[in-house]
This record gives sequence, C-alpha cells and structure tokens, in this order.
Amino acid sequence: MENDILIEDDYRLPDPVRLGDEPGSFTRIIQKIVFTVDHKILGLMYIGSALFFFVIAGLLASLMRIQLMYPNNTFLGPNAFNTSFTMHGTTMVFLVGMPMAFGFANYLVPLMIGARDMAFPRLNAFGFWVFFFGGCLLFFSYLGAPGLYAAGSAPDVGWFAYSPLTARAFSRGHSTDYWTLSLLLGGVGSVATALNVLVTVICCRCKGMTLGRLPIFVWSMLVLSFLVILALPCLSACQIMITLDRYLGAKFFDTQAGGSAVLWQHFFWIFGHPEVYILIMPAFAITSEVIPVFSRKPIFGYPIMVAALVSISFISLGVWAHHMFCVGMTSLENAFFVTSTLLVSIPTGIKIFNWIATMYGGRLRFELPLIFAVGFLFQFLIAGLTGVMLAVAPFDWQLSDSYFVVAHFHYVLIGGLLFTIFSGIYYWYPKAFGRMPNFKLGLWHFVFFTIGFHMTFLPQHFLGFLGMPRRIYTYQADRGWDEWNFVSTIGVLFQAVGILFFVYNLIYSYIRGESAGEDPWDAWTLEWATTSPPPDYNFAEMPVVKSRRPLWDAKHPDDPDWKYE
Amino acid sequence: MSANTEIDNVWKLPSHRKVGMVTLILAESALFTIFVVAYLFYMGKSLNPPFPREVLEFPLLGSIALFSSSATIFLAEKALHKGNRAGFLFWWGFTLVLGVYFLYFTGTEWVKLIYVDGLTIATNTFGTTFYSLVGLHAFHVVVGVMLLLGIFIAGIRNRLKASHTEHVEAISYYWHFVDCIWIVVLSVVYIISVRV
Amino acid sequence: MFPVVFYWLGKISGALNRCIVSAFLAGLGMCSAQAAESGDVHLVADIFRPLSRPAEMLLEPTQLVLLVTLGIFLVVVGVLVFVLIQFRPRGPEDHLTEPPQIYGSNNIEMAWTVIPCLVVFVLVLVSARSIVEIQDAPVPENAIHIRLVGHQWWWEIHYPELGITTANEIHIPVSTRNGVQTPTHIQLESADVIHSFWVPQMAGKTDLVPNRINKTWMEPFQVGTFLGNCAEYCGTQHANMLLRVIVHEPKEFQKWVESQKRPTAEPEGALAIQGKKDFFDLSCINCHTVDGTLAKGVFGPDLTKFATRQTLGAGVAPRTPADIRAWLANPDSLKPGCYMPDMKLTPQQLDGLVAYLETLK
Repeated sequence: MENDILIEDDYRLPDPVRLGDEPGSFTRIIQKIVFTVDHKILGLMYIGSALFFFVIAGLLASLMRIQLMYPNNTFLGPNAFNTSFTMHGTTMVFLVGMPMAFGFANYLVPLMIGARDMAFPRLNAFGFWVFFFGGCLLFFSYLGAPGLYAAGSAPDVGWFAYSPLTARAFSRGHSTDYWTLSLLLGGVGSVATALNVLVTVICCRCKGMTLGRLPIFVWSMLVLSFLVILALPCLSACQIMITLDRYLGAKFFDTQAGGSAVLWQHFFWIFGHPEVYILIMPAFAITSEVIPVFSRKPIFGYPIMVAALVSISFISLGVWAHHMFCVGMTSLENAFFVTSTLLVSIPTGIKIFNWIATMYGGRLRFELPLIFAVGFLFQFLIAGLTGVMLAVAPFDWQLSDSYFVVAHFHYVLIGGLLFTIFSGIYYWYPKAFGRMPNFKLGLWHFVFFTIGFHMTFLPQHFLGFLGMPRRIYTYQADRGWDEWNFVSTIGVLFQAVGILFFVYNLIYSYIRGESAGEDPWDAWTLEWATTSPPPDYNFAEMPVVKSRRPLWDAKHPDDPDWKYE
Repeated sequence: MSANTEIDNVWKLPSHRKVGMVTLILAESALFTIFVVAYLFYMGKSLNPPFPREVLEFPLLGSIALFSSSATIFLAEKALHKGNRAGFLFWWGFTLVLGVYFLYFTGTEWVKLIYVDGLTIATNTFGTTFYSLVGLHAFHVVVGVMLLLGIFIAGIRNRLKASHTEHVEAISYYWHFVDCIWIVVLSVVYIISVRV
Repeated sequence: MFPVVFYWLGKISGALNRCIVSAFLAGLGMCSAQAAESGDVHLVADIFRPLSRPAEMLLEPTQLVLLVTLGIFLVVVGVLVFVLIQFRPRGPEDHLTEPPQIYGSNNIEMAWTVIPCLVVFVLVLVSARSIVEIQDAPVPENAIHIRLVGHQWWWEIHYPELGITTANEIHIPVSTRNGVQTPTHIQLESADVIHSFWVPQMAGKTDLVPNRINKTWMEPFQVGTFLGNCAEYCGTQHANMLLRVIVHEPKEFQKWVESQKRPTAEPEGALAIQGKKDFFDLSCINCHTVDGTLAKGVFGPDLTKFATRQTLGAGVAPRTPADIRAWLANPDSLKPGCYMPDMKLTPQQLDGLVAYLETLK
C-alpha cells in the first residue's frame, strides 16, 4: 500500500512464462529483454548498449588517429575521415553519453529513493527502444544512404551540422536525413526517459525521503532530467526545421532566400550547451556517492552541493553563444557570454572543493571506485581550467575550433565523465550482479587507460597552440604538428589495452568474482539495503527514511545522522 | 524530533500523471519557444511577397472557439467531480466539437492562403515560419482532439471509472496548454507581425 | 572606479608578462622551439609568437588567464595530493572505526565561493577590455581594405581600392610599431557554407558566413609568409583550404601591387600559344577568369596573375611546373573531392597548358 501507483493493474504485462519457452533458454532471455518493463533490466540494457556504441565510436576514433599519425597520410580519404568524426561525435554524445546517464538513472534512482519501479514503466521501455532503434538507424546509413558517390554514405556534416552545410545543395544524397531522423528519434526517447526520471523522483519517494534527504546522485539525475526536458525539444525543433528545409523547400536556413546560417548555431547551441552539462551530470552524481563512502564521511556541505547543481543547470541555459565567439557577434554580446560562462566556473569550483573537503579527515579506502574518482578529480580540474581559458573570448578567438578545444572536451568527457562511469560501474557492479569486480584487473585498466588518455589528449592542447584546426583529415609536414600527432596516436593503443582489461574484468568477475553480499562497500544509501542483485520488487518491505544516510542510521543506532541534520 | 513528526503525518506525494503532464508541457513549451523565436527573428525579413499584412486575417471565429473550449472542458471536469455523467459527456463533447471547428477554421484559412494568395512553406521566410508555427500548434490540437475523442468514446460506452479522473485532469491540462500556446501564436502572428 | 581597475590590471598583467609568464611559457611553449623556421616562411603558427597587432593583443589576456589557471591548478592539486597522502589507509585496524563525521562548514564554503567570484570578476573585466579594444578598433584612413570571400575550398581575395583580384594568398604591407601604421582591414563573406579565417600569428578567428558580412583586421610587424587554415569545417576538402599571408616592406608591397595591375603579356613560344588556345577551347573559361580576355568564369579562382603565386589548389601544393601538370591531369590526386574536374587532357595539352599558365604574370 506504500505505493499504490505500482499496484494498479495497468502495469501488469501478460505473464511471460505463458508466452515463451522454459526459463533459462535463449528464447526466454530474448523474450525477457524485449518484454521487460523492469527498471533494473532496462537500466542494464541502456548501459550495455551504450558500451556497445562506445566501442564502435572508439574504433572510429582510432581510425582517425591512425590517419593523423603522419603528415600527408593516406590511410583514410577525406570522405571516410569526415564521416568518421561525424559518426564518432554523434554516437558519443547521443548514443553513449546520454544513454549511459539514463542507464544509471534507471537502475539506481528507484532503488535510492525506495521505490519499486519508475513512475511509468512502459514509457521507460518505450524510451529505451526508441533510442536503440534510433542508434541503429544512424548506423544503417553506412549501408542504406546513397551518398555523393552512390555508395553507402554516413553523414559527414559534423555533429553540430552547421547550416548551410546540411542544405540540399551541399549535402546531396540521404546521409544527412539519416542523421536528422535518428536524432529526432533519440530526442523523443530522451525526453520520455527524462520525464520518467523526473516524475519518479517527485512522485515515488518512500516515506520520509524528503527532497532534502535525496542522495546527491538522485539530485543530479533530477537536474539532468530537467535539463533534458528543456534542452532536447530545442534539438528536435532544429531537426524538424532541417527536414522541412530539405524536403519541403522551407527557407529556415536557406541563405540564398534571406535565411540565416547563424540562427542555426543559436538554436543548436541553446540545446547544445545544456547538453554538455547533461553529459557531465552523471559524473557529478557518481563522484558524490563514491567519494563519501570510500572516505567514510558524509558529503561535505550537502545543501551547497545541491545548490551548486541547480545553479549550474540554470546558468548553463544562458551560456550557449560561447561556442560562437568567432561568428561575428557584437562586442557587447561577446562580453555577456564571457561573463555568463565564467559564472559557471564558480559552482563547479565549489563542487570540486567540497569533494576534496569530503576526503579531508576521512579514512580513505583505495578501492577501484575511489581510484577512478580521484582520476576524475584531477582530470576534471584540468578540463575545468581549460574551460575557463576558452570562456575568455580573446583566448577563444585563437583557439576555438582548434585541437585545443578537442583536447578540452575530451578532458571533460573522457577524463571527467568516462572515468566516473568506470568508477560507477565498479561501485555498483556487486549490486547488479552479486559479485565483486576483480581489483587487480581493474588496477591494470586504470593504469593503461590513464596513461593512454593523457598521452592522447595532453599533446592536443599543444597542437591547438600551434594552430592546428580540428576536423582536418590531413596536414602538411613541418608545421610543428608531426611529433605531437604521433604521440597522440600512440596513446590510443594504451587506451585500447585499458578497455580490453575493463571488458575482460566485467566478464571474468561475472563468472569468477567473489560473492558480494548485500552491502560489500559498507555504504549508506538505500540500494544497499536489499539483496544483490535486487529482486523484481526491489524491497521486500518498503523502507522508511529519517536522514540522508538511512543505512548509517541503521548501523549506528547510537549516533544516527538525523540528530545532526 | 522533527523527523519523527513528519513520518507520523500522512506521506502524500503528487499524482504521477499530473506531474508527468506538467513535465510534458514544459518540454512542449521549449519546442514552441524555438519556433516562436524563429518567427520573430524572420519577421519583416522576407525578401519577396506575400507579406503578413497583405494576406493574414484575424482568426476571430477560430480563436473564440478555442478559447471557449477551455471553459467547456473546465465545466466538464467540474461535472465529473460531482459525479454528473451526462453533464460531463455534454461539456466534453462540446469541447470536442469546438476543437474540431478550430481545425476546420485553420484548414479553410490555409486553403485560402495557398490557392488565393499563393503562400506556401517554400515561398519565403514568412511562409516557412508561419506554416511551421501555426502547423505545429494545429498538430497539437489534432493530438488533443484525439485524446478528447478517446475519453468521449469511453464515456459513451460507460467505461469511465473513478480511477480515470486523473486521466481526464491530465488531458484537460494539455488542452489548456494548447489554448495558452494559441494566445502566444495569436499575438505574435496575427497581431504583431501584421503591423511590421 | 573602472578606469582605476583597468589601470591596475594593465600594470599587473604587464608585470606578469615580463617576468613569470615568459618563464612559464618557455616551458609550455617548448613546442614552438622544435621546428626550425625556414627562410622567411613561418611554418609553425605558434599563437605565443604573434607578429601582428590583434594577435599580440590577444596574447595579453591569454597569458593572464593561463597564469591564473596555473595558480589554481597548483593549489588544488597540492591540496588533493596532500589529502590523498595524509588520509591514506594506515593499517588493517583502520577499517574498524569510522572517522569523525563532519557535515560541512559554512565559513569554509563561503570562502571558496567568494575567492572564485573575485577571480571571475577580474577575468571578466580583462576580457571585456580586450574584446572592445580588438573588435571595435578604429579604422585609420590609410588602412588597406580587402574583401575576402570563402568558397569550397579556396579563398577569393579582392582589393577594392586597388582593383586587384587574386586567390589564396593575401599580400599586405608591414606596419611599424611607432611610425606609420598601415593596418589591413578585411571584410569577410562566403559564397557557399561557413568558413573561418585563421592565421594564428596575425589575428584570431573570424567566421565567413553566407548572407552576412564580418570584419577582422591585422597589422603585422615583421615581413615574411604566415600560414593559416580554414578553421570551420566546410565539407570534403576543409583540410586543404589553406591560406597564406605574405607581408612585404611597403616598397615591395607597392611593387607587388604594380605587378598585379600590369597587363599580362601575350604568351610566346609555340607550346604556350597552343596552351592558350586549349585554355579557351576547352571549358576552362567557364570557371576561371583571366583579366583582359574572354575568360570570365567566377566559380574557380581568378588566374590573371597565377604565375606570381607561391602555391596552387589553395595551398595544397607548391606552384611548380610538375605540380601544375599533376593538378591539371587529375585534381583529385592532389585534392580528392574538389570541384575542379578531371578534363581528361592529353600529355600534349597538359604541356601546353602548363606553359601557358606559367606566362600569367
């Protein structure tokens, strides 16, 4: 009776046993995947397909790095290179970053707020499948889109597809349509899932789980969903406009008929910059859970951490034109966007300081999640500081659209986001599969991946200083770029070895890992109060919460948290 | 202490359908904002005629129909809360008719614009932004009419239960939203841009 | 109040430039030292070695922000490392007890909210000043004016006052720091998609946007050839949309202007005459202009003074007879996907055309 929403018979599907084969068989597994509306299975499906797309997009990146290893290299031609960076960017943003966030949100939000499922379980399944088939549609362009040379041709307009490059005149064939339609689908799926997360957090909390007691993970996902709700429809509007331009001859971005090419950039980045914060939110979420548990202290300054999250998301809605300092805005507009962009650094700085303050005075336990979280702190600091540099428009006039920018956002998205994704996967692996991840394999993963990451992306800062623009498929010798590009490519090798250790660890630990039990890390949030893996209904008895760390209260009845909050 | 008293109180959270609809409305507002901004941005910038002031007529009857449908759906909801099934069906059906009339009105307007004035989506930036904005709104009215129709049919077949009150309320939220958007579209397209 | 702040900021950043920054950049800018610069062609376009006014003005806030962020980086990493070492696990019994539970501290959090606010305030003022100075710089009367039009994938260059049209290589006079200043102001346009003008040692980026006019300027202090690229992805051959700026002494620049305005002499020698005939018989003139002749095409670069240029195909190859021949024989071999068609020329036609093009000076 705690949660009458979930007891309504709307949400009961036909019993799967009647539909399929005996339990455990291949058809039963497929059937479970296709029919499930369980937030935990959908969450794992999100993370699994994000990892799958991550490997594909990573391979595309490796091809590009091989091409750029030497000057005047001919490994990839211009068309292959241009489609590769378009597909790499699009895939990493829309088919890896966001689904990864939704995967974690799906799996953990109901568990952390003591709910039995999401508010709309079937909408949840809908969101996943729309995203997944949208992704497949994007990659089908390699086979199905007759391009310029009548061969299969993936989109080659770059992930932000500046008009009028997407107009019929400059993008013949159908590859751009595949890009447009798959992102439109992805947008629908993302809004559906974000809506679901938001409603779940507002309407499905267990008794006593006030907004002031939500784990910061849940707060981050709430803010993320809010940003998705506000930003993704802008992207959908953009895609509708391109489609109207391309198929009905509309004039939105037709510069020959008075249309504006700059309008596209405004519309795209008003989605695109909140999108950057959407992508980094899971990093904030996971770090804010991992660091307290492995420092054995509560998060330092919970209210200000939440306030920082909320203010980051609000400011991020007003910074979009810092992607457009070179487009010829007036000096006043430029100065405005410098100011708003620099303002974001204040709450972001507070978050970094508070994470360090959480570790200060604690008893650090150097388990895999904390090791990756520390890597995150270091790299995200660099990424944040290069972000401050780029926010200063005069600096940006030199370095926007150069390799410095490439290095900056890879420090954000790999050094920042991906490291915390690894941290989160190692942290909740025992919860999802009931087995501990292997420490040694994880350490090798960390060592190789960190070395490879810095080797690949640190030199790209210098390439930017030396005037190398991004998105060039070849370059001439003796411009000072040869050595740094070579080092950068070698780094990819180390990253690939790291990823192999990671994948092997996931499989090895699933089979051979030690049994984890309910609460292997001695943690404090509600997901550790149930079995590993949790049962279909999550909690046998609905929990009642009195503080931000319900399990601390249970473990230390003499000194519970709610006395101090 | 305070924690204890709170749990002793009834732990009541808002209805997930209503919050879901409000969230959806938020997302739709973002979508409309972009199209409204596009319309405002290109206002007065068309390179070739027809221009808004030459061809647009104030949609008086359509607007009256749409605005009064907000009142009728409110009356329908009120009747439902009182358990007055006949009253509910009457007002709900009336809303449906008003919605359909609005669509008919928009249809005749478009026929006139296309065949008499020669304005299509590909004519100029005015045509592009006009048809996309008004069309997006009309599309939302179509969706709303379909939702109204679904509830109406269920009502006629006597399938509505007490548990459907929330569905009805969520749909009425949506309908009011479509109405509010029309206020924006009306002022931007039919009042401001015909004066530029 | 603001002028005082600006004054002090100017003083501070000037002092920083002189001492610490140069040492820091020497370490950071190792990259710039590695490639020797050959002749007067500045192959390495290092943003820390600006040789022109706006690029130099950009360097000042750049150095300030680098220094500030370096300071923040060192402090935060220092604290992080200290925390990691100080609070590391110190033995197996460590797990048995929990450390004191600290929930936060308003004073400390206030401190690290206020300090970043001050840093942001300073950076905003410095950038605002620099933006206004560079972007709204006055145009002196003796400035050279250029109209630069971006095409997929080459640059069309007009000197409206001098009546010169050329492509891919901008010639400008050097300016003296304290004497006669002759900046060059450029009007940027695009014929198709968005491109971006970037010659790092001369000036920062400004986009060339269709249906819009942008502006930039440069005022070099050193003669030489400076390299740049299109910096906004513009389609298949974005990588080979190269640009060079050739800075002359004022007298040399006058000579160049005269050479460009001089009528082109008729070709001599059977080969070149045959080449000219082919040039007009084949469809070359549909896309290319040679001033004073029937060739008035505008889709490709103006070839009137082709033989005075350093490169061909927007910098994809040096302008040597062998490269011209390879380019004419199959443009795709040098620049795959470019819009110059393969005309299926015979070896004789190639010889003739190369000879003819070499006379266009």
